[in-house]
Amino acid sequence: MTAAYLELIRIRFLTMLAYRVNYYSGIIIYAINIGAYYFTWRAIYGGAESLGGFTAAQMTTYIAVSWMARAFYFNNLDREIALEIRDGSVAVQMIRPYNYLLVKVMQGFGEGLFRLTMFMAPGMVVVCLLFPVELPADPARWALFLVMIWFSFLINTQLNLIVGMFAFFVENNEGMIRMKRVAIDLFSGVLIPMSFFPLWAQDLLAWTPFPAITYLPSSVFTGRMSGAEAWEALLVQIVWAAVLVVPIILMWRASRRRLFVQGG
Amino acid sequence: MVRKIAFNLSLFQEYIGNYFKTRLTYRADFWVEVFSDLLHSAMNLVFILIVFRHTPSLAGWSREEILFIYGYFLIAYGLFGAFVNFYNFTERYIVKGEMDRVLTRPAHSLVQILLENVDPPALASAVVGVVIMASAWVSLGLPFDWYDPIMLVVLVAGSLLIYTGIYTALASISFYTDAPTGIMPLMYNILNYGRYPVQIYNKTIRFILTWILPFAFVGVFPAAYFLDRPEDRDMALLTPVVGVVFFALGLVLWNRGVRRYRGAGS
Repeated sequence: MTAAYLELIRIRFLTMLAYRVNYYSGIIIYAINIGAYYFTWRAIYGGAESLGGFTAAQMTTYIAVSWMARAFYFNNLDREIALEIRDGSVAVQMIRPYNYLLVKVMQGFGEGLFRLTMFMAPGMVVVCLLFPVELPADPARWALFLVMIWFSFLINTQLNLIVGMFAFFVENNEGMIRMKRVAIDLFSGVLIPMSFFPLWAQDLLAWTPFPAITYLPSSVFTGRMSGAEAWEALLVQIVWAAVLVVPIILMWRASRRRLFVQGG
Repeated sequence: MVRKIAFNLSLFQEYIGNYFKTRLTYRADFWVEVFSDLLHSAMNLVFILIVFRHTPSLAGWSREEILFIYGYFLIAYGLFGAFVNFYNFTERYIVKGEMDRVLTRPAHSLVQILLENVDPPALASAVVGVVIMASAWVSLGLPFDWYDPIMLVVLVAGSLLIYTGIYTALASISFYTDAPTGIMPLMYNILNYGRYPVQIYNKTIRFILTWILPFAFVGVFPAAYFLDRPEDRDMALLTPVVGVVFFALGLVLWNRGVRRYRGAGS
């Protein structure tokens, strides 16, 4: 059985590889976006040495690494699932002797592997050439960061599964999908680190999985969090990844009873 | 000339009518699009509001001034998104060959393509822009002269011509090569540089945004006309001129491209 799932990862990776040229312009687009925020943040800092607990240099690194992490964890599983539910092909998938959601996660892994090696890694090199990014010197920090972005990927994918599965319950979940996207960009810390938000918002967001997606790994990478705090950040990610399994299983159980495919 | 304009206006009415007849069959999709446009403006608005909790000014511009510029940007951006849409141009018209159909008809090809791709939900951004600009206007205590609305229309028209000219020129590339260039999505990201005053960028980018891809004329320069910024006011008055120049450039490239166009061969 495991072999079948591994095969799914391999196939998705190869499919993505066939379209790798599309992602070269993706790197430029990400660089353009990083540039926009780099200059904006530079103006925000002006003469200030440190804002929201970040020095100006750390902020540059934070923006660059956050956007490049986004290049890695981003995927369209929510829309893919919603589409398969709406056109009914999910019914055929459910008959097959594998778990539909696991299949989606494996395909996501294949895409993630591609995005990590073909998009994020070269993108990081380009961005480091263009902007004054300070890479961490400590190999342990690199290792921890690499583990953490896989959890970012996992949590983001889990949220995608949940939002995608809403197509079982509502006729059109496109609005929800777009809302989730904006929520992740805004509340995970890609655009603004959590520590810049007003305190009440920080407290509120601490109870959502969003900061675990970008803010925590990027804070570790920039050196704003280290030692015990960094390990705690990883722990928060692990807890969220575990907690999110519950609603996924509940929704999946409920949806199998609800599914009604016309024609199919 | 007058008859031609009247003819195009009647086409405009027909196309918009048809748009609403087809789109409102799926009302939910229509409102979803409006909603997600609003979300995007909200996201940028939240960014500005949060950032100004930590700094009194951005390269010498206050929070209200930045909001004012963003409001102006949204008005032009919303109108552009609603009436000028080349996003799928290469795919739909060149690769799939729909250009042939367009060219057999009497109306100008550019007019037809713009009308076939109208996207009224994008107007939501323009409405938000007006609201943001108006509230910033009030909180800045700017004077309001009787000719200000007229100036706003003239400046927005200029900004819109700049956008249209640049994107028409880029779309025309497809007439010369059918290979996907990926330059369109790129440009949609560069356009966002216009949201903030050009003063925050370095010299090279500032030059590009002023003279080569003049996105600064869809934001800070025209907005400075209303703000009390004498140093940028002259640039503001250049907006319609730059608009006409870039639109003419786009149109020339388009017409030449159409003459070169030989069909997709399929």
